[in-house]
Amino acid sequence: MQVPAPFEYERASSVDDAIALLERHGEEARLIAGGQSLLPLMKLRFAAPEVLVDINDLNELQRIWVAGDQLHVGALVRHAELLDSAVVGEHYRILHDAERVIADPVVRNRGTVGGSLCHADPAEDLSAALAAIRADVLIKSSGGERVLPVRELQTGPFETCLAPAEIVTEIRLPIRASTGSAYTKVERRAGDYAVAAAGAVVTLDGDTISEVGLGLAAVGAPHLVAARAEDAVRGRIADDESIDLAARVAADECQPPTDQRGPSDYKRALAGELVRRALRTAIARCRGQEA
Amino acid sequence: MQVTVKVNGVEYTREIEPRLLLVHFLRDELGLTGTHWGCDTSNCGVCVVQVDGSPVKSCTMLAAMAGGHEVRTVEGLEQDGELDPIQQGFMSEHGLQCGFCTPGMMLTTRWLLDANPHPSDAEIREAISGNLCRCTGYENIVRAVRWAADHPKVAETEEVAP
Repeated sequence: MQVPAPFEYERASSVDDAIALLERHGEEARLIAGGQSLLPLMKLRFAAPEVLVDINDLNELQRIWVAGDQLHVGALVRHAELLDSAVVGEHYRILHDAERVIADPVVRNRGTVGGSLCHADPAEDLSAALAAIRADVLIKSSGGERVLPVRELQTGPFETCLAPAEIVTEIRLPIRASTGSAYTKVERRAGDYAVAAAGAVVTLDGDTISEVGLGLAAVGAPHLVAARAEDAVRGRIADDESIDLAARVAADECQPPTDQRGPSDYKRALAGELVRRALRTAIARCRGQEA
Repeated sequence: MQVTVKVNGVEYTREIEPRLLLVHFLRDELGLTGTHWGCDTSNCGVCVVQVDGSPVKSCTMLAAMAGGHEVRTVEGLEQDGELDPIQQGFMSEHGLQCGFCTPGMMLTTRWLLDANPHPSDAEIREAISGNLCRCTGYENIVRAVRWAADHPKVAETEEVAP
């Protein structure tokens, strides 16, 4: 039987209350939202926080809304809600593609968007998709708030740059005209972590790629992005040649670990192919072609 | 700490350790052993119960987090002596072999039918993708769910052989 190490349980009633509880209990306190990643780690005693601050009652963090040219997603929005949201699918097909292959429907009922980001698992799909989108996170503390690119939030496997009493409250996604996106993943079985996965967000100006975001999960890409591949194709014509170039550069720049999901070389080849497919689909969607 | 949880319509208050998982609260504190305890890693889905109407894996939720919420277990499917259509479907279509996955399967698919009364086979399979049947009896499980979808008020309209 797997049992977490003992801890104190506190339930926050508001964002300010959560911050106050984190300040009072110091570095050994952790926020818990859906708990779908943290509780398994605690059961294996890989994590042993002394205090858990439960933020599930913070209804203020459970909204999805559009304001100006940004889509706002509250940090406590569940994966299932992101998948069910029409406005999310309208602007970012990549998020619905990714959510369909994140864990299983029951886990998606509990797990949250903010929790996934802050858990910083290098194989986590939503983090890679949000990195491709170049989303920002809104971070609150008793000192005020700050906005940080998702690409800068995670500093390494299971590590973020958040201070102990900071809380991610919201994810902000830019809404761009003439933009298409897609996510594609290879997994060993339904609901598993990715062997490799790639997401693409493309903005076209006529036939030219004016901006591109490429996210990679599970293949050792720094900050979960293929930055060199993005640079290689930005400004080029959106054709097969550019897609092949992005795939080649992305495969070259990632550093997949060899593990039970496969050897490094295989994953590298797979990453390139998935970049190719995600990019092709994103471009087709941008042009209004179904793919 | 003290926690009060409504389970199958009844409020229970217990003194618990914060680290107690919901599955053990239900089985050991309340004696509701219909909820099974399987892989302990949120993979297999035999421990699925509904919390506020949504299926969750009770091995991956603290009992403390269920405080103030409504939990429904397999014991709460039957109403006034009548089995839920999903239970009758599993019976009619031989949707269980060893029966270990069945409570979780039924709570997940009850939720599916509440949200989507006429799911396709693909939608049924997607819904139960977090519930494993190690007898591999998925064909009959899908048939059982389809049967329940076809008989939403079976208890009032026809007899089911025991």
